[in-house]
Amino acid sequence: MPTDVERWKSEVYGNEIREHLYRFAEDGWDAIPDDESDAWFERFKWWGLYHQRNGQESYFMMRIGTPNGVLEPGQTEVVAEIAEEYATGPGTNPEFGDAYVDWTTRQSIQLHWIKIEDIPEIFEKLEANGLSTQQACGDSWRNIVGNPMAGKAPEFVDAWPVIQELNDRFKGNDDHSNLPRKWKVSVTGAPDGSGQGDINDLALEPAYKEIDGEEVRGFNVAVGGGLSRNEPRIARQLDVFTRPENAADVAAGISSLFNEHGDRENRYNARIKFLMDEWGPEKFRETLQDDFVDFELETAGVDLREQYTYNAGGEEHGDLIGVHEQRDGKYYVGLNVLVGRMGAEDTKELAELAEQYGSGEVRVSQRQNVMITDVPEEDLDDLLEEDLLEHYSPDPHPFMRGSVACTGTEFCSLSIVETKNRQVRYARWLKQNVDLPEGVEDFHIHLSGCTASCAQPQIADISLRGMKTRKDGEPVEALDIGLGGGLGENPHFAEWVGQRVPVDEVPGAIENLLASFEDQREGDETFRTFIARQDEEELEALIEPEETSYDDPYMHNTKMTWYPYADNDDMDDSPAPTDGEGNSIAPADD
Amino acid sequence: MSVALRILDDGAWLSVNDQRRVSVSELWRLDAPDFCDCDLVDFIAEGFTGVSADGSDVAVTTYGKCIACGESGVPGKLPVGTIRQGTYEGYDRENIIMRPIERRTGK
Repeated sequence: MPTDVERWKSEVYGNEIREHLYRFAEDGWDAIPDDESDAWFERFKWWGLYHQRNGQESYFMMRIGTPNGVLEPGQTEVVAEIAEEYATGPGTNPEFGDAYVDWTTRQSIQLHWIKIEDIPEIFEKLEANGLSTQQACGDSWRNIVGNPMAGKAPEFVDAWPVIQELNDRFKGNDDHSNLPRKWKVSVTGAPDGSGQGDINDLALEPAYKEIDGEEVRGFNVAVGGGLSRNEPRIARQLDVFTRPENAADVAAGISSLFNEHGDRENRYNARIKFLMDEWGPEKFRETLQDDFVDFELETAGVDLREQYTYNAGGEEHGDLIGVHEQRDGKYYVGLNVLVGRMGAEDTKELAELAEQYGSGEVRVSQRQNVMITDVPEEDLDDLLEEDLLEHYSPDPHPFMRGSVACTGTEFCSLSIVETKNRQVRYARWLKQNVDLPEGVEDFHIHLSGCTASCAQPQIADISLRGMKTRKDGEPVEALDIGLGGGLGENPHFAEWVGQRVPVDEVPGAIENLLASFEDQREGDETFRTFIARQDEEELEALIEPEETSYDDPYMHNTKMTWYPYADNDDMDDSPAPTDGEGNSIAPADD
Repeated sequence: MSVALRILDDGAWLSVNDQRRVSVSELWRLDAPDFCDCDLVDFIAEGFTGVSADGSDVAVTTYGKCIACGESGVPGKLPVGTIRQGTYEGYDRENIIMRPIERRTGK
């Protein structure tokens, strides 16, 4: 039996949702019928709007999809202006203020506290500037990711034209707009593995093949990666090579296969990784060839995985922070945005610096950082002297550089713990109090509020995942701790070895862990190698939680608040739902 | 009068008649000796995978973990509220001991 979500999607989905959004915007929040709100909120996701969590009713998270994280000249300023004008709500974040922009691990942009009444104005402004929220959430092609410097930094094969073609073809395409579940795609042309293809539903990764006596550069195709629901998978190679000019046709076939064979009766089994589990790559390829493409698929080419250095456990950052030369002799400057959140004012300044020193373009990485591109060599020194770069550093401390965090209980329904502010506090404390062993410059700590894994914890050196525990008999927020995850030629998911560590004891646990690493390290071995040679018992012994000078103001159950940082944070104190002006609306009796 | 019961947003919450009623991250005490060896399971709800009406009870199939011993999994269908004359009333979940439906009825 189809699920309610499938039933709603079969009634209204895709582009046509927009006219209803506009109708509700015109008539106001109250116009959404009480007995249809679940259906509409599910559908609104397709247009990038996600109803915020319990206690924040009538407010939406809005996601803007920027393919490969590329913001064309002028677009960053528009995002900052929208954040300032529309993304403010009844709560103020003590670290980030009233209006801010989140750069996400899928190279998108998220804004919060958005009112449905403002949607037409926001869409008009976004679209007038070439931006869109279309398919940013929901069951369809999501924002396509890759190495954000595609087209500008050295690449084995040009990924940017392929990404643009896929984006143009599959956004708003009725044949692919209602898939069984979300569809995450990575296209990488760089030879270092920096597109993170292994953790995507569909990955195109650089490869070459001799065809008719000629070496052709293109992509090998892998399917079925992903991190969510305690079921992480590495994408599996399909034994398919595609030329860049055929990539969209191959992708269309795979997307159509998913459309037809993905599980629409059980959303928990719907991602393509589960179909890949069931079929295996051989049957998958055979079905693709027989039923979903009308040309002969090429067998796989020679990949470049041996060259992968990005997040591969070595000391090469690959995160594009710092000053780097482009193909054309100009430079790009990668800036560290701690946990990906930037105030609206700072975002405006970022846009101004990009205009002043570069082409106006800004790019977003999968590590939640930003790049100013197209800077002439002679202007680099002046750019590096700008005040904004003191806070968003091109040469950050490893603990700041390595921090990634998801949205957390501030806004998210699924999360179990507070994340962004906590990771900010962790990074600062670690920077002040803990020395990394000699030569360790690249060290990733990812904090995800739940098993959805939006902060991609399984591919970090230290993986932190939201949990609860009791401390002195009282329930407190806690984290599971995983170790030794990463990508590279042979990707490896973190081993979950520390369970339910109270959040105030996690920095101490990390301090002790790094001390053990330093003590037991053999030569200059990397952290990942060190972890890989430990047996289960040894790994567990490495986790020694301890209270330190670190203070955590969010120990309580932040999910049970309407907003974790409000002075009066009880659910009953929530002003939500509110009307278009932000005035509370009395809830209907039920 | 029919009541719409749904699990939404990747298992984040239970909707009853289009109203959010139960969210993940609540802590419950369970009488579920098949789940772990603790006298009472100190259970954190991490994700809901299904909902059903069992008699007047609304029960959610819930993935989670005992935060005392670390055992994780699905302890069964857990009753979170009741429907009387078409109206949902949530149980005082923080202060009761829940027993999985399967155990209660010997199913």
